Amino acid sequence: MSGKYFELSNLSVGYNRNVLIRDICLDIKKGEIVTLIGPNGAGKSTILKSITRQLEIIGGQVLFDSREIRSITYKELSTKMAVVLTERLKTELLTCHDIVATGRYPYTGRLGILSEEDEEKVDEALKAVNALDLGSRDFNAISDGQKQRILLARAICQDPEIIILDEPTSFLDIRYKLELLSILGRMAKEKGITIIMTLHEIDLAQKISDKIVCVSGDHITRYGSPQEIFREDIIRELYNIDNGFFDPVFGSIELMKPSGEEPQIFVISSGGTGIPVFRELQKTNTAFAAGVLYTNDIDYQLARLLACHVVTEKPFEEMGDEAIERAKELIEKCPRVINAGVPIGTQNRRIKELLDLAEEQGKLEEI
Amino acid sequence: MSESKIIEKNGVSESFHQENFRRRSRYTAVFISLAVAFFVIIVVNINSGNVNIPISRILEILFTKTGDPKEVDIIWRIRLPRILMAAMLGGALSLSGFLLQTFFENPIAGPFVLGISSGAKMVVAFTMIFSLSLGYTMNSYSLIAAAFVGSLISIGFILLVSRRVNNNMAALLVAGIMIGYICSAITDFIVTFASDSDIVNLHGWSLGSFSGMSWSNVKITAVVVGITFILTFLCSKPIGAYQLGEAYAQSIGVNIKFFRVALIMLSSLFSATVTAFAGPISFVGIAVPFLIKGALGTSKPIVVIPATFVGGAVFCMFCDLVARLAFAPLELNISTVTSIFGAPVVIYMMINRRRG
Repeated sequence: MSGKYFELSNLSVGYNRNVLIRDICLDIKKGEIVTLIGPNGAGKSTILKSITRQLEIIGGQVLFDSREIRSITYKELSTKMAVVLTERLKTELLTCHDIVATGRYPYTGRLGILSEEDEEKVDEALKAVNALDLGSRDFNAISDGQKQRILLARAICQDPEIIILDEPTSFLDIRYKLELLSILGRMAKEKGITIIMTLHEIDLAQKISDKIVCVSGDHITRYGSPQEIFREDIIRELYNIDNGFFDPVFGSIELMKPSGEEPQIFVISSGGTGIPVFRELQKTNTAFAAGVLYTNDIDYQLARLLACHVVTEKPFEEMGDEAIERAKELIEKCPRVINAGVPIGTQNRRIKELLDLAEEQGKLEEI
Repeated sequence: MSESKIIEKNGVSESFHQENFRRRSRYTAVFISLAVAFFVIIVVNINSGNVNIPISRILEILFTKTGDPKEVDIIWRIRLPRILMAAMLGGALSLSGFLLQTFFENPIAGPFVLGISSGAKMVVAFTMIFSLSLGYTMNSYSLIAAAFVGSLISIGFILLVSRRVNNNMAALLVAGIMIGYICSAITDFIVTFASDSDIVNLHGWSLGSFSGMSWSNVKITAVVVGITFILTFLCSKPIGAYQLGEAYAQSIGVNIKFFRVALIMLSSLFSATVTAFAGPISFVGIAVPFLIKGALGTSKPIVVIPATFVGGAVFCMFCDLVARLAFAPLELNISTVTSIFGAPVVIYMMINRRRG
């Protein structure tokens, strides 16, 4: 297969001839999940609206299977591309089944009467989103999460090659978010449906997407695999974060480190026992130090972001004098020492020295 | 495990079938009731009036045109054309409302509240007086054409306003009511300068009435309303798509620009025909589609469109009956009666929407 499937070439988009984002060049392969991320108001939705032809394209072109998208009739396009939009549906007296069935519109006759096959497709789509039981319910009487699933079923029912979703996870609780994204993943992998969407949850974007597009200012700042994009510096720059951190390892967001350079507490931990303690200290805005941590320890990943001092040692080495002395210095200074739990083995046996020192000074608190 | 799944699956598909069956039975019941109401009202309408004609003789006169010549005359020259006009125009008015509600995604839109009927009235009055002053009398087609132009003028205004106020429901209605007032004021102004003989004619018409309908009116209305109805029915598929909003409609293949124009044209044709013959009639366009959708339990256009037409016919024939009989021999304006029955429905609707 030639790589060109859905191609945006030098595309400029915006409202009323005012260009919002220019020179967009993306090359999307069949069956890929592509996610647009970026700050609010960056124009992610504008891009989606332009490639679905809701907005006039201002410059450049969108090529779908090597055909300029504006040369495809709405009718033909509707058999290839389905959308899930952010705007709320104002329906009256329509059941979920009715809503999903509108996805069959491109395939039904003049009066839009569903054939046996259409009915089956509707059922299939409802089943794919685990919503068979919602079929006969009034669309206005179901929850946001259910609505979103029904709208996705509607798109699936349209038998498209591409589904375009604008913030499909907004308003959903975490369970529905996961469910929705796993359905999308399944569609892409099993049916080869290409998925282009915007997401606010960058942690989810990182986990589900094959490609990430960063939208900021008036252009696409980056386009690449999640591994390439989800790095501390790139995310910080994209969202202009100055009040917290993005942790690329877990894809999670951390709040700002406690203010103050003088640690009040020294935390001794290992293998994740320190993480809840660090978060708790962050909440109470208490500056703290942590150590001695191996640099491959999971606690180190968070301590690095939140602690004002971290004493480290290279992985799998015995704890050396330098680290231990530095840690002792800090313990001397700190009014409190917390032992969050650390198994002591041959490599890190000198941690015992730190615990003893703290005990001696009456500062040690065990959790 | 797998067995229980199969049963569950069957259970679900069965419930869908049951659901479909239940829906179809409901549609059938509604249509049958409407048909029964339709015929009952026709018979009662023909039967009653200053001269009471017993039902046995009505059928005879209708089918054989024989009997007491006075009664034949009353039925064939007065009551039958009048009731047929009430039926067709009532259906047209209701569908005009339904189309406007679809267009503006707003259940309280209708030809009367949006000032469209008043716009039509204004242009009709103007052309009527103008042509009379030149010594011509207007034929029915030019009346419809004038009303159509008037409808489009009002709707043009509404569209301009709706773009400015982002389709805000309340603002749109206020704009419509204001346009209605402006058009009525202009109409009154024109009437002031008309000669006395015209005013008598115009006055009765501009308040709305089904009286004085001729067979030529009936024929022309049948042609115009008939064609418009067929076109509207053929649009039920895109109308259904449009109910999801423009963006979704386009994504499933509706050419929005073309379709918007088609919706406006169809609804204007309907309301123009009504205004040309019967003057502005209030509330029918809002109340009937609402009641019909409620009765059918769906807003699917393919069933709502024919049902709304028949429902509107029944509603207007009933209101015309009341207009004729309530204070006989005095006759009420048709709008007076449609308001009495229609306005409470609209108020109920608004209260219910708030709650929902």
